[in-house]
Amino acid sequence: MDMLYKVFIEPFAFMGEAPDLLIQTLWEGLVSGVLYALIALGFVLIFKASGVFNFAQGIMVVFSALILVGLYEKGVPAFLALILAALAMLVLAIVVERVVLRPLVNQPDIILFMATFGLTYFLIGFGELIFGGSPREMITEQLFLPQGTTEIDAFGGSIRLQHLDIAAAVIASIMIGLLAVFFSKTRIGRALRAVADSHKAALSVGISLNQIWVIVWFAAGIVALVAGIMWGARSGVSFSLQIIALKALPVLILGGFTSIPGAIIGGLIIGVGEKIGEFYWGPLVGGGVETWLAYVIALLFLLYRPQGLFGEKIIERI
Amino acid sequence: MLYREAGQFKTNYVADSAIFPLREDRIGLTLIILAAYALAFLGNSFLLQAVMIPFLVFSLAAIGLNILTGYTGLLSLGTGAFMGVGAYACYKLMTAFPDVNVIVWIFASGFFSAAIGALFGLPSLRIKGFYLAVATLAAQFFLQWCFIRIPWLVNYNVSGALDAPLRTLFGIPIMGPNATPQTRYLVVLTIVIVLTWLASNLVHGRIGRMWIAIRDMDLAAELMGIRPLQTKLLAFAVSSYYCGVAGALLVFLWYGGAEYDVFNINQSFFILFMVIIGGLGSLIGSFFGAALIFILPIILGIVLPAILSPFGISVGADVIEHLRFMIVGALIIFFLIVEPHGLARLWQIGKQKLLVWPFPY
Repeated sequence: MDMLYKVFIEPFAFMGEAPDLLIQTLWEGLVSGVLYALIALGFVLIFKASGVFNFAQGIMVVFSALILVGLYEKGVPAFLALILAALAMLVLAIVVERVVLRPLVNQPDIILFMATFGLTYFLIGFGELIFGGSPREMITEQLFLPQGTTEIDAFGGSIRLQHLDIAAAVIASIMIGLLAVFFSKTRIGRALRAVADSHKAALSVGISLNQIWVIVWFAAGIVALVAGIMWGARSGVSFSLQIIALKALPVLILGGFTSIPGAIIGGLIIGVGEKIGEFYWGPLVGGGVETWLAYVIALLFLLYRPQGLFGEKIIERI
Repeated sequence: MLYREAGQFKTNYVADSAIFPLREDRIGLTLIILAAYALAFLGNSFLLQAVMIPFLVFSLAAIGLNILTGYTGLLSLGTGAFMGVGAYACYKLMTAFPDVNVIVWIFASGFFSAAIGALFGLPSLRIKGFYLAVATLAAQFFLQWCFIRIPWLVNYNVSGALDAPLRTLFGIPIMGPNATPQTRYLVVLTIVIVLTWLASNLVHGRIGRMWIAIRDMDLAAELMGIRPLQTKLLAFAVSSYYCGVAGALLVFLWYGGAEYDVFNINQSFFILFMVIIGGLGSLIGSFFGAALIFILPIILGIVLPAILSPFGISVGADVIEHLRFMIVGALIIFFLIVEPHGLARLWQIGKQKLLVWPFPY
């Protein structure tokens, strides 16, 4: 009875008693949710256009951020370094398309998935060889990212909002809006959607798959760069950052692998669920539930909808 | 010349359906097993401890994952955690009942991970493909969290680590600080051979065919009268059994002691690498994959400085480490491009070529 009380009554009572803490937790959850969504977006872009589950997305985040910081440390002005980092992602996209994707066209999904594992290993080695394994500081000031915090007095307490978090949410929203416009309004966007629908049909109306792949990997690279800047500003740039890619997986399955709005809403659900669960129910079992709660939330959703919240309905035929 | 099908006639169905129908194959297998046992007496302790024991342990884990991913087509990223369940179960059993022979507990510990595996396999009926992979990630992170947070699992010892107590077989120490690499190698080798033989019989029999039918198309298999839930759960259970035994061997016969961190997500990926590189749906492929992924970096670590030093490039250990990562990554991509069906397929092609040699076909 005591346990039931602690699980079902006490946390809610606590939420009611201290609404400022609840709002604070919700806010933190939303911010990390947006950042998860940003990483998940990179996965979705590539999965939609080429059916490849790109495991290397996490290391691409680290790699792009490292290039940016590394160039700045070499004396390149911050914004030039940003452009050069974006160019490096373009080069990476071309190389990946040429060396990995083109020879493996028409292979089963799992083989391509595995190839991106190989790519991950390669990039880890390459990145450490060039930049060293030590963690770096993200150049937030030079990129004019705001610092500091605002305190809002409300609900009988105060809520702390990091300016950086606000900026992250805004930039992520702009990014997502741009991608949505790009996908629905431009010629290339239409071609991308055609490829996502059917490779063969797209080829037959004269869409170059190779070109599309380069574009998509480049777009994912840019998303990775933005995610790298944001995550780097929060927790430093190091190779341990690639573990966040794994956090994007429950976001992906919640939203469905093929849906951009799904990635965003999935990210928010996971981010909020994780923070609330950790803050209110975590202490009951000794804390640290953040490591697995996201996966369990996703698993529960999946049992109800096996294709994710926004994924295309899976129709099976013999 | 030496490897010929001609002249070997089968006169009954048992001989015809044998796993190794060719006499040369049987002789070759016997020679390999004899060589493996002979290695215990010929090899030095570095070779046994740092190369052969881990190679065998990872092969066993790869066989386990191959049963699930290769034969039944269910992608799992929870291998590391299932190995952990085996190791922790073995530790609890060993310390609770010290009088029973430890070999019994190594085999028994697999049943605990089989039960946990079947439990986490339940969603597989509804969830498929990459979605299932992420569902198994829930198992990986949840179980790893349990290893950290439940001190009962390590008998409340302060370090929170598993350590191998002294255990003997026929009066010879096989576990603990006094056991020589030689005896541990022999124990691991025997267990791996027994379990591989069992797995080979499983996958070639009725159960294996059920798994393969589910992999190729589960809907069609269901229409043919194969129950998907039981078959998938059996695959999860058997696979986790192998992983659990491999985990127990890893901690107690290779490391001699370990913390929860050994069973992290990287271990799961590592085993998955081996299975895919070796060949999905092939037992011998599991051995090839383990050899390539585990032994190749060791060889590179030895060979790379030797190659670079004549050019006057002396490189530090960290650079070697980075180069190793790059080369392993590049090799994975290379092998996938050259032979997407894994090393086992190359082996098959090689055998086929040998049969018709010296003619091209």
